Formats: sequence, structure tokens, C-alpha cells
Amino acid sequence: MIGTALDLIIAALLVLGGIFGLIGSFGLLRLRDAMQRLHAPTKASTVGLGAVLIASAIAGGSWQEVLVTLFIFLTAPLTALYLAKTLIHGHINPSDVPPAANGAQWAAQPPVAQKQ
Amino acid sequence: MIAKIFPHPYLSLTLGVLWMLLVNRLAVGSLVMATILAIAIPHISAAYWPARPRLVRPMALLGYIGLVLHDVVVSSFAVAKIILFMPPAQIKSAFITVPIDLPSPEAITLLAGTITMTPGTLTVDIAADGRSLLIHSLHAPDQGAIRDEIKSRYEARLKRIFA
Repeated sequence: MIGTALDLIIAALLVLGGIFGLIGSFGLLRLRDAMQRLHAPTKASTVGLGAVLIASAIAGGSWQEVLVTLFIFLTAPLTALYLAKTLIHGHINPSDVPPAANGAQWAAQPPVAQKQ
Repeated sequence: MIAKIFPHPYLSLTLGVLWMLLVNRLAVGSLVMATILAIAIPHISAAYWPARPRLVRPMALLGYIGLVLHDVVVSSFAVAKIILFMPPAQIKSAFITVPIDLPSPEAITLLAGTITMTPGTLTVDIAADGRSLLIHSLHAPDQGAIRDEIKSRYEARLKRIFA
């Protein structure tokens, strides 16, 4: 009885994980520009992955799922940050970006072109 | 004495626990190896931590992690809804400047990571003077509200954790 209930929970979590992974990928197709598309994989997929990891932890009962979670939380923001910095540096019009506080420059923004 | 062996106790603890999780087996040999790593790595990398951040309330950090995990789940559903059901033309994306007032680079890194992991917002860049973050919001009808939420929900807590 308890075994069946556990199986049901594991199955539900796996399905949820699959759905969120699919939504994340679907977002890549649906959203309009590169900045918006950055949101889809870093977000929806996080919960999808989390659901799969919890399912794995229930089924296998290993502590290594905690490690995977930790590494995802450490690396996913870095990937997103570097993609975003690249976009800011070379692909987005500086006038579309609001200025930083205290008149500072954004770190990745190209230097303002000198007036001739 | 203890401070000399473990100049950076939280890093040592993290490394030790990390090693035990990696080998995934509770044995004396692994414990010895974990201890060696926990002592050696902080000493070797000490030059890269010139001013160690002071964790004033380590327990509050656990609460913060719980809060972020909760927010990740809740807002993932919100983003899924936007992706699936909102007509693309109606999605109002925007860049937002968030002025920050945090004491250490480590706290700023944590805030930037939190913003990226909580769906709907993404850290794009930091100002050259380190006093503001540039974030991008997937759907931001009210940009001021998003800025205020980041400041009150995350930054205020981080300020309390790192004095």
C-alpha cells in the first residue's frame, strides 16, 4: 500500500518535471527576443529539474540529489549572467537600457563613442 | 588555535560536507579525506579572500534559502502561465535598475543569483561602481513594484545576514 503510494508520488513528480521541461523549451520558440528567451530555460526548467530530483531522491534515497541541486543553483545564474552580459555588450542598443544609479556605467556596456 | 587551522570555518564545513556527499558513503577513509580537504583548500585559496564576509546570522541564511526555494516554485508557475497563455505581443519585458546597498561582494553575488533563480527576473549586469544591478523582467507591468519587492524581500534579509 505504502509502496504504491510512493510510486504514485514519484510518477507524478516525473510527469510534472517533464511538463516544466517542455514549457521551458516551448518558451524558447514562443518568446520574441533574445533577452526574453533567456528567461525560459533558467526558470521553468529549474522547477522541472527539481521535481525530477525529488522523485529520484524518493526512489533512490541518495544524498547526491542535494549536490545536483546545489551545483544547478551555483551554475545556472552564471550561465544566464554571461549570456545577458554578452547581449548588453554587443546586441542591445545602449539607449534601451536604463542608466545605473549615481551616474555610473554598467560594467558590460561598451564605452560611449567619442563625439567627432 | 582553531582559527588558525580553519581560517574560514564555513568554507571548511561546506567542503567537508561536499566531499562526503560526493563519495556518498560514510567511511573513516572518506572522513579523513574530507578533513584534509577542509583544512587544505581554505589555506591554499586564502589569498583570494582578502576580506572575508562576516556571517552575522548564519541561521537566518537557512531561512533565506527556504524563502528562495519557495519563491522559485511559486514564480515558476507564473512564468509557465506567461509562456503558455499570454499572447507574445502583450508580454511587456523591461530592463530595471535596482540600486543596491549591500556590504560585501559575496552578498551582492548572492542577491544577483537569487534574482536570476527566481523566475520572471534575470540579473543582467552590475554597475562599474557596484552600487546598482541591472535586471531584466519578463513581464513587468509595474517596474517600481518589482524593484521594491527585490529590495524589501531579498536585499533587506541579506543585509541582516551579512553585517
